[in-house]
Amino acid sequence: MPHDHHEHPHSLLPSDPALRVKALETILTRKGLVDPAALDAILDTYERKVGPHLGAQVVARAWSDPAFLGELRSDASAAIATLGISGRQGEHVVAVENTPEVHNMVVCTLCSCYPWPLLGIPPAWYKSDAYRARAVREPRKVLAEFGVTLPEGQKVRVWDSTAEVRYLVIPMRPAGTEGLGEADLAALVTRDSMIGTGLPGVPS
Amino acid sequence: MTDAPAAPFDDPWHAQLFALTVALSDAGHFSWRDWTEAFGATLRDHGAARALDGQVLDGRGDYWNAWLATLEALLARTGAANPDEAEAVRAGWERAYLSTPHGKPVRLGD
Repeated sequence: MPHDHHEHPHSLLPSDPALRVKALETILTRKGLVDPAALDAILDTYERKVGPHLGAQVVARAWSDPAFLGELRSDASAAIATLGISGRQGEHVVAVENTPEVHNMVVCTLCSCYPWPLLGIPPAWYKSDAYRARAVREPRKVLAEFGVTLPEGQKVRVWDSTAEVRYLVIPMRPAGTEGLGEADLAALVTRDSMIGTGLPGVPS
Repeated sequence: MTDAPAAPFDDPWHAQLFALTVALSDAGHFSWRDWTEAFGATLRDHGAARALDGQVLDGRGDYWNAWLATLEALLARTGAANPDEAEAVRAGWERAYLSTPHGKPVRLGD
């Protein structure tokens, strides 16, 4: 919590939207429409537990274990559940694999649908109008701004997420990683490489 | 545009708002599909308004303001929290903050 060292006779007044959120929370909990314990559990999950480290585990396993990759291709939600990662109800995860021919990239043109259980809360740029509008229209230009330049022959396929279908990009396994175990591989898998706006790191 | 591990929410109210919305949907008050459609429509409206000034919405404050406007409208429509009620409670919280000495816990009066 930010601490204010100036003299304040009263508590610092939160911003207008912060007060409006507090008001909704007060009304909804008073009416029993939301359970404060459920709110705390959701906050704990999204502030502390989920994040790109989970998606990275999935990618590292897919790189290391052909049987798992097969499961991921046929039913990604079921495959990730075997790693103890549960999706949200009503959401289906689809894994899209990068190949020398096709580079995959994910957007949500409607709002900001994103594979939360695998990557956590999306970064601000993913939620911006600029990305949402341009990812489909000029993906190569957007990729260039992320520092990603693809070989000319590699096509870009853009996947538009929905409330029901969330995409996870499985990047290509970097060269020179043959001897690496899953934990070392996972460390190379960046968040952006699983959205398709980046590439995995290379072993140092 | 980097992979730097960042806090998932810029501001505590973003997190509270997110949790409130997910909890309402989890409890069956609306489907996530309905939520995304309503939210998408607000983003379009806010984006169109901003475009008049030649600007676009950022994915930070603009995004969460649109989220809040969507939830307020949705709860007004279902009657779960009508606008007068929401404004009265908001004003109550404002009074509580202004009348609570700094450092003391802020509680909503009746």
